[in-house]
Amino acid sequence: MIEKDAKLILDVHGLQTYFKTDAGIVKAVDGIDFSVHEGETLGIVGESGCGKSVTNLSVMRLVQSPPGKIVGGEVFFEGDDILKVSEAEMRNIRGNKISMIFQDPMTSLNPFLRISTQMIETIRLHETNVTKQEALARSIQLLKNVGIPGAEERIFCYPHQFSGGMRQRVMIAMALSCNAKLLIADEPTTALDVTIQAQILELIQKVNHEMKTAVILITHDLGVVAGMCDNVCVMYAGKIVEKAPTDKIYKFPAHPYTEGLIMSVPRMDIKGEKGKLFSIEGQPPNVIDLPECCAFHPRCHKAMQGLCNRCYPPTVMLDDDHEVTCWLYGDEKQKKVAMARADEREKSEEVSK
Amino acid sequence: MSDDNKKPVLQIRDLQVHFPIKASGGGRKKGAVIRAVDGVSFDVMPGETLGIVGESGCGKSTTARAIAQLNKPTGGKVLFQGIDLCQASKSELLKARQNIQMIFQDPYASLDPRMTVRSIIAEPLIIYNKRNLLPQKMTSIEIETRVEELMERVGLNKAFKNRYPHEFSGGQRQRIGIARALALNPEVILADEPVSALDVSIQAQILNLLRELQKELGLTFLFIAHDLAVIQYISDKVCVMYLGKIVEKSESEELYHNPVHPYTRALLSAAPIPDPEVEQKRQRIILTGDVPSPDKKHVGCYFYDRCPVRMEKCGNNIPPMFNVGPHHQCACWLQEGKAEIATEEN
Repeated sequence: MIEKDAKLILDVHGLQTYFKTDAGIVKAVDGIDFSVHEGETLGIVGESGCGKSVTNLSVMRLVQSPPGKIVGGEVFFEGDDILKVSEAEMRNIRGNKISMIFQDPMTSLNPFLRISTQMIETIRLHETNVTKQEALARSIQLLKNVGIPGAEERIFCYPHQFSGGMRQRVMIAMALSCNAKLLIADEPTTALDVTIQAQILELIQKVNHEMKTAVILITHDLGVVAGMCDNVCVMYAGKIVEKAPTDKIYKFPAHPYTEGLIMSVPRMDIKGEKGKLFSIEGQPPNVIDLPECCAFHPRCHKAMQGLCNRCYPPTVMLDDDHEVTCWLYGDEKQKKVAMARADEREKSEEVSK
Repeated sequence: MSDDNKKPVLQIRDLQVHFPIKASGGGRKKGAVIRAVDGVSFDVMPGETLGIVGESGCGKSTTARAIAQLNKPTGGKVLFQGIDLCQASKSELLKARQNIQMIFQDPYASLDPRMTVRSIIAEPLIIYNKRNLLPQKMTSIEIETRVEELMERVGLNKAFKNRYPHEFSGGQRQRIGIARALALNPEVILADEPVSALDVSIQAQILNLLRELQKELGLTFLFIAHDLAVIQYISDKVCVMYLGKIVEKSESEELYHNPVHPYTRALLSAAPIPDPEVEQKRQRIILTGDVPSPDKKHVGCYFYDRCPVRMEKCGNNIPPMFNVGPHHQCACWLQEGKAEIATEEN
């Protein structure tokens, strides 16, 4: 739930993260803008390889370098550009102010250490004046908050003694241990079953409401987004193609990709004859060799030949909070100017050949 | 939809698959087993799609593998064309498998990376051709044309037949797997989570393809998935499994709009629906706890530990299947008195 004058927590401008590979440069994230307010839940949706995880690794400055590099943009966290702070300061922000829940609860805990050791370590790393006993007591309380029965004894267990859902709860408890302002959840329920997924989502929602923690939820599941998020960003090939409040994006999807994505999910709450599902034709784009201009045009059912494949689509505000990057919403003047420019560019390319 | 006078293609009776547990020393723990599938019975009618849905570890994949005899069942019967596949000899099994083919979950692991697409799709044809099990002996040219025909049928460009699996995306690989399963003109296809490894947009393509193929070739599907919406979209009938047992089976429409078993209800209410308006109004039944380990023998209802409406009786008595409606059965003691115990037609 966002209040009207909620504080801006995270503000990302023109973020670009590229990876150097043998086959060429992969533009995993290519100039994206978004912001998150206090108490807000922002969903980032997209298919695999669209750059949603890299976006958030970039915000945490956890992109492995080499091969990856943040080549441009600004990330303001509570007013400071965290792409400019030193590594030592960044360490202070990570976990303390921004924390992260990873996708796979099986591999994000150390199998050799007891849960207690791992939780105490996290707390004492960030708050050096806390004693071990205090940290332990706090860890037990945190485990109780996330709904682990018998937390006093279970805290001394090893990760393999916990089930997948419980391990994910431990991860959430650890992420909350330092009262972070922003929680980034990268596909937190993808590895879990539906009934456990419902428990975990409920928990994240509780944290979001009670502690006013801002949440960025990365997922490919449109159902999860519908139930959890205030605002949604849809990503395709490293760019945000549409950004809007959740209600609007499901009711009036503007970008053909968003529309296709929503229509291609079978709905179990609708009765009657099941016709053919709408499907987005073609294959996901090759990230090294992206299609020219609008990366979605080869798969788009509303593509305009001569325009979408030659000119970059403009970003248009449909409403004061609904943003879409597509030529369908460009005005005639814009189209003409862009076409003329593309003609000129092609001519000069021919000449130089 | 199936007619009542049709005979089922596949009859599964009290199927059990138990895996022995290795003790820490490497030897077998005496008598300890994982009861992956613990007494499952159902019929599959020709031309229909039977969906099996359940959470991970409930035994849905093992059921499919046991039908194809990839995991030998430890008990029960799998009747196909009057033969019990569990007792069948090797040659009988080979013949039966021509009609029972499988599509696997992981399109990355189920294709041999060293084989070209052509040899992957042609392999079943070559094997059966060599043993004279095809209706007509095929020449290598005929096999080649059949491969091309299959590739076009599943939406792959036949010019790609000399390529290797790594050159294809996940959705295209799944198409290769489907072409391979279709090569022998099977009657039954066991599809084990064929779309769960794919992206949403690709998932819709594959689901459409499978439905088209079914209509055209009159295939019978046993379709396994954990995604409830996918199962509802593709299936005529649905079985819900929990801990190696079927807790509820019914026609798809009926099951989704009138679930009876408490587990089915919780499962349906937990599945997110991609519509914010619906989502905000829904009441969730949140189950507490996790799925218990399937290594104990049960004396009561398998769902007892997590059931929100359990009764004293449920702890010590395994519920039988009750007929709660036409073609709708449910294993829950709450139905006692309200419905009759289902008799297994054999």
